[in-house]
Formats: sequence, structure tokens, C-alpha cells
Amino acid sequence: MEWPGLYNYWIAIFLMMAGLYIVMAHANLVKKMVGLVIFQSSVFILYITMGKVTGGTAPILIPGDVVYSNPLPHVLILTAIVVGVATLALGLALIVRIMEAYGSIEEDDIEVLENSAP
Amino acid sequence: MMAHLPALLIVVPLLSAPICLLIGRGRFAHGVALVVSWVTFVMSALLLNEVRNGGAISYHLGGWAPPWGIEYRVDPVNAYVLLIVAAVGALTMSYAKASIDRELGQGRQFRFYTIFLLCLAGLLGVTITGDAFNIFVFFEISSLASYVMISLGPDRRALTAAFNYLIFGTIGATFFLIGVGLLYQMTGTLNIADLANRVPAMTGNRTIQAAFIFMAVGLALKAAIFPLHSWLPNAYAFAPSVVTAFLAATATKVAIYVLIRSYFTIFGPEYSFGSMSLGVVLMVPAIAAMLIGSTIAIFQDDIKRMLAYSSVAQIGYMVLGIGFATVLGVTGGMLHLFNHALIKTAMFMAMGCVFYRMGSVRIEAMAGLAKRMPWTMAAFVGGGLSLIGVPLTAGFVSKWYLLLAALDAGMWWIAAFILIASMLAIVYVWRVVEVAYFSPSPDGAPTGEAPISMLIPTWFLVLANFYFGIDTRISVGAATQAAEYLLGAGR
Repeated sequence: MEWPGLYNYWIAIFLMMAGLYIVMAHANLVKKMVGLVIFQSSVFILYITMGKVTGGTAPILIPGDVVYSNPLPHVLILTAIVVGVATLALGLALIVRIMEAYGSIEEDDIEVLENSAP
Repeated sequence: MMAHLPALLIVVPLLSAPICLLIGRGRFAHGVALVVSWVTFVMSALLLNEVRNGGAISYHLGGWAPPWGIEYRVDPVNAYVLLIVAAVGALTMSYAKASIDRELGQGRQFRFYTIFLLCLAGLLGVTITGDAFNIFVFFEISSLASYVMISLGPDRRALTAAFNYLIFGTIGATFFLIGVGLLYQMTGTLNIADLANRVPAMTGNRTIQAAFIFMAVGLALKAAIFPLHSWLPNAYAFAPSVVTAFLAATATKVAIYVLIRSYFTIFGPEYSFGSMSLGVVLMVPAIAAMLIGSTIAIFQDDIKRMLAYSSVAQIGYMVLGIGFATVLGVTGGMLHLFNHALIKTAMFMAMGCVFYRMGSVRIEAMAGLAKRMPWTMAAFVGGGLSLIGVPLTAGFVSKWYLLLAALDAGMWWIAAFILIASMLAIVYVWRVVEVAYFSPSPDGAPTGEAPISMLIPTWFLVLANFYFGIDTRISVGAATQAAEYLLGAGR
């Protein structure tokens, strides 16, 4: 196996760690959501990569002996993408409500407001 | 009809949710939710009965045979968890009307019932399905619904609590998804029974180890196992009372069920607790949760928050029981899963009654409350006794089994920790009792009991606590059967 070998996995892991880091490191709620989406997307790439067969085509019925990629992980990821979109939409909706209630979407400001109010 | 029970259990609440939305009126939507939740309860009771008499049921969705199709599988373990979830759902819906009227605006009520039914369907789905990817999907259905329900709380802090839960919950679910993906990569199957056949043959593999660890972390986040519990206290403290009572008894329990399912069924006890030493990994946080959770609970002025920290501690008990990986230990853990659902739902419902009258659940609001709301406070004390583990209550039975398991494993110091944590529970329950029973009422404080529709479900649960403390045949029988199934030849 040559370097970098299986580079798709390197990319997936890099995105995974970057996304998780953004979620933890940023105090801005929208940036947190962005990090979360990057984190989820990296998992999509992981699944899509594992379904790919080198030299395989799309799984369509063609006469003859054809190599095709495993469609199941791809279909699973369609479901996971829907879940991801729903999570993103709900998260952003909550951020809008937080903005209305606190007048800020910075975690530090919100914490100050929460501790001062009864 | 009977043959399709496993599918109907999910389909009925799932399809009733949009009906609630279309009705668009709070009162009728509640009627639908009430009927549906009781119907699911009856169905889950029938399923449990069938499983106890005739063994595991395998239902092939759409007639596609596993491992290709999705399989719903009901065995002694999840039939028991299904019953817990459905029973709590039915009782909280019976309780909900007055409390939701008080805490939510008229225009939002029917939406609440819609979301509630989605959450119920999701939780039941996680429990019943025999497909690893399906677990993830149902997890997200129930979690997205619970984020929405929490954000409906009367305080604006409910919004930030829901957002935090969303971040943690999504990370947890995604970790679980990574684990499932890695398992699929190695075995080419997603069916749990099929995985259970293939995984033990390749346990030395690094990818399987990675899957094991990803799933452990993800599920620990979902189940709020210490120290990954930070989303829980605020989420429970600021959610509407009904939501807290429902989620406290179901959401974390279902996550613990998936933990049990993954590590006993898929990976197998020899691998999980032998070469991966999951026992130690679970027991250390469990004991920390019991001691630290109970200690923090003592210092809370918001009683719902206090009970939330107490939940963190009680989850520690359940995980401890699982960590022993013996029949006695797992029986204790499963029993505590059931008993804690009874205890916490009763106590959170009592707090809902207090909020209904007082508009607050802070300790100051409790002053002299025992005279003004005698039934509510008596229910709280009844739940509290069971939480502490006084003999003749349900809490005693499960703690007794955990103690037996600790002594059986020769770890007497763990038995000591169990007792110390129970002492701490006395302290925090007593704080409330002292203020409610021995302080004078402030002048002009609201007087009068909560509506009877709220008191009956609360008292039903309190009496169930005493019933299952005295007659242990049903609960211990089911829990032992589940534990033997997990550890024995049932695999």
C-alpha cells in the first residue's frame, strides 16, 4: 500500500476531529452548529467510502459480469443526511429563539444573563 | 392482528402524531394522545405476555426475511423495557391535561401532543428493533422530539438547555453511528442477531475494538453516564413538568437498554467484560456518579434540579449492576431500571403538582406546603422513601439485589459505596420534607390541592412503588429472566 493509501479515511478522520473541535472550542452557537454539521458530514464520507468498490460502477442491472459498489451504505447515508438536516434545522430554530430571549448567541453573554436573572 | 403487534406498536403512535397536528385543538389532541398511549400500553403488555409464554418473537417488516430485511425482535429483555416506556407514557398522558393547560399557551398544546407521540414512537422503536442502523434512526426521532419538548419549558433557560442537549445528543448518536458503520464494514450485516453470530469470531480485530469504543462513548452520552451527564440537570430542571416526568423515566433508560443490548448480545459478555474490561470502565464512573451526583443534589435549591442530579446518581446504580456482568448484578440493574422509572416519575409528577399551585419548585416555595397540599407532599415523601431504599418499597428491592451482587462478587467496598450513596439520598429528601412539614406557611400563600386528574396518576405510581416493594414476584421474575437470557444460552 502506498502513502497516503486510503486517503478518503484520512479526510474523514480529519473532518471528524475538526468538527468536534469546533463544537467544543467555539462559544458562538451558530459556529457550534457548523462544527456539528462538519462532524456529521465526516461520518457520511466514512460510510460512502466503505461502500465503494475499486473499479465498481453504479448498481444497475447490466448484462454480463459487472463489478458494482455496495449500495447499502449509500442508502443508509441518505437516511442519516435527512436526520442531519432535521437536526440542523431544529438547532438553528432554537438559536433564533435564544436570540429573541437573550439578545445574544454568544455562550459567555448568555451565561452572564442566566446567572444574574432570578 | 396479533401477529402484527410488534409493528403496530410503532405505527400507531407514529401515524397518530400527524392526526394530532391536523386536529389543531388542544383538548381533542390530548384525547387522541391519551387513547393512543393507553393502546400502546395494552399492546406492550400483550407482547410481554406472549414473550413470557412463548419465547422471543421475530417480526419481519414488509415480509423481508432478516438479515436483509429489517427485523423487529421482542425477547424477554426488551419486552420488559417496552412495557416500562409504554406504561410511563400512558400515565404521563393521563396526568398531562391540567399541567399542560397551566404551563403551555393554548396555541401550542396540540403541537406538544404531536411531538409527544413522535417521541413515544421513537423510544419504543429503539427498544423493539433488531437492526443496528434502525436503532440510530429511532434514537434521532425520539431525541429530536425531546429537544423540542424541553424547549417548551416556561423559563427561557429551557431554550439553552434544549440546545445543549441537542449538541450532546447529536454527538452521542453520531458516535453510535460511527460504531455501527465500523461493525458493518467488518461483518457486512446490520441485523443484531446476525452481528451476534459474526462479531465474536473476529474480536482481536482493531476495527471491532474501535467500534466497541465509539459505541460505548456514544451510548454513555445518551444515557447520561457520569461524567457525560452535563446536559441532563438543566434539561430536566427547565422542561415542562410533564416532559420531565416522561423523559426521566424513559429516555436514559432506553439508552441503557441499547448499551446492554450492544455489549451482551452483539459483542458478547466474554469479549466485553473479559478482554475489553468493560466492567471496570463502567463501574468506576458508576460509583463516582452515585457519590458525586447525590452530593451535588444536596446543594440544589431548585427541587427539579435536585431530582435531576439524583437521576444521575440512580443511573450510576443501574450501570453498576450491569458492570458486574453476573446474573445477580444484571438483575439488580434491570430491576433498578424499572423501579427508578416508578420512583422518579412519581416524584417529578408531585413536583408538577407543586408547580401547578405555586408556580415554582424552589425550596422556598415548599415552606409549610404539607398543610396546604397534603396529598401532593405525601406522594413526594412516598417516592422519596423508595428513592432512599427503605424496606417495603421498590427502591429497597433493587438496592438489595445490587448489594447481593457486590457481596457475591467479593467486592464489599462497593456495597459500602451503595450504602453511603443511599445515606446521601436521605439528606436531600429530608431537606424537602423538613421545609414542607416543619416550616410555617408564608402569609397569603396559595392553598389547595392540585386537580384530581394529576393526583390520581401520581398516587397510582406511589402505590405501585409500595406494591412492587412487597410483592416482588412480577418485577424480580421478569428482571431475572432478562438477565439469564442476556448471560445465558439465549444468545
